[in-house]
Amino acid sequence: MATFFGEVVVAPSRAGLDEEEEAREETPEDREIRREIEKKRYRRRCSGGEIDVLWTWKSGGCAEEPLVCSRFIVAIGRNAAAFLSSFILDSVCWEVVGVVKLWNEWCRTSSTTNVLPTDSFCLFYRLISDPTVLLCQCSCYVAEDQQFQWLEKVFGSMQKKGLQVTILSTCPVADYKTQESTLTLASPFLKALKTKEFQDQVCCPLLEQPNIVRDLPAA
Amino acid sequence: MFIPCDRGGGSAAPDFKGFTLLTPAVSVGNVGQLAIDLVISTLDMTKVGYFYTDCLVPMVGNNPYATAEENSTELSINAEVYSLPSKKLVVLQIRSPFIKNKYRPFCETLLSWVKSSKCARVVLLSSSHAYQRDDEQLLGTPLRYLLTPDMEKAVGGRMQELNWKEMEKVAAYPGISDTDKVLHVPGGGITKLLFTESYSKGIQMAVLLKFCSEGDNIPDAFVLANYLNEWLQLIKSEVSTSNNSTDPSSQWKIPSSWRLLFGSGLPPALF
Repeated sequence: MATFFGEVVVAPSRAGLDEEEEAREETPEDREIRREIEKKRYRRRCSGGEIDVLWTWKSGGCAEEPLVCSRFIVAIGRNAAAFLSSFILDSVCWEVVGVVKLWNEWCRTSSTTNVLPTDSFCLFYRLISDPTVLLCQCSCYVAEDQQFQWLEKVFGSMQKKGLQVTILSTCPVADYKTQESTLTLASPFLKALKTKEFQDQVCCPLLEQPNIVRDLPAA
Repeated sequence: MFIPCDRGGGSAAPDFKGFTLLTPAVSVGNVGQLAIDLVISTLDMTKVGYFYTDCLVPMVGNNPYATAEENSTELSINAEVYSLPSKKLVVLQIRSPFIKNKYRPFCETLLSWVKSSKCARVVLLSSSHAYQRDDEQLLGTPLRYLLTPDMEKAVGGRMQELNWKEMEKVAAYPGISDTDKVLHVPGGGITKLLFTESYSKGIQMAVLLKFCSEGDNIPDAFVLANYLNEWLQLIKSEVSTSNNSTDPSSQWKIPSSWRLLFGSGLPPALF
């Protein structure tokens, strides 16, 4: 397509792939960077995965046994993680039971459980008074090709019968689609999505179409 | 890969033996997906399951085909299966792009599901970059079809009757004469791969595509849906009394999720 200045550019296509065309558009520097990143990801994938979930709980035997969990609260993103830190978590009632070690182009987490709020981390906590209540603070970005692996590894360690999962996350108001302008909306505001199996009362209105949720919360 | 919906009462998994599978390719303008939205919405198809796959970018929202408060709260994800047994039609709707390097595994899994569920044939709705057309393709209809050999035997005659145009092959090395002609569907996403794989696996597949560009692709979706309807006769085309032509465009029901396709309302302070 031609732009205002008359040069012809290839419009990005929602088709997404056409890998041969993608390669042709890249500069040699971009190609080199992409190759290095892929090599790094591939090396980590081979040595036991880009994502590692390290559980530290002692009771219940070895790590292969599923963790009995009745309530799992997952906070995804810095805002949601900060909410849990400010209002829910404390060292008296909650203990760290696990950490996710992952690497991608945007962030890297380590296996340390002693983190600063500005770090990228993904930690699991358990309520000491009721060890079946689990909480996850995930402030790191889980890349789209790692989300499935994250889920399989985390939920794979859990006994899922009777499990209720609550996911907390945030989205920019500018992304919210509504008839009026988002400028006049009273924000922040809450919206929810729930499965039909969730029978309890939801504390806020449900998310209207055409709005959707993406990334790890969606996964 | 395919997980049937739990409809309660211990009902058996749906049977798609002999059905036509209609599915989109994620392609330029998302025209195939939009056309499929029209089909599902108009025929009021029932969701019978979904694909559990790590090949597509995750997304979730509420029912995109909601017509009232009561049916608006069913969750919807990126790859869902709808069926209409009365027309022996099963539809797979794909709502997000492929994750890098995952489109091949998805094609393989999809085609093996087609075989295992004994679908009779696959109809793929797709699109291709309009700017890649050659001089001849710029004239006449922007719609094309492709058929695998088994499908050609079954319905090739019907395409002739409808006066449809087959997708032209292009020179493997443009500018050089006497070169082999190959199938090329620029902007068609996995169209070519699915077609060639179906060809080699003996699966009956028809591809219906439209040349288009990115932009407001709703009109393209209507054109493609009408094209499909010319062949499969999914909805009746009302004969318009004013000009005596059959135009089923008004018969397609736009889903509620097509609202606000280009974002929220404008702030009044702008003016």
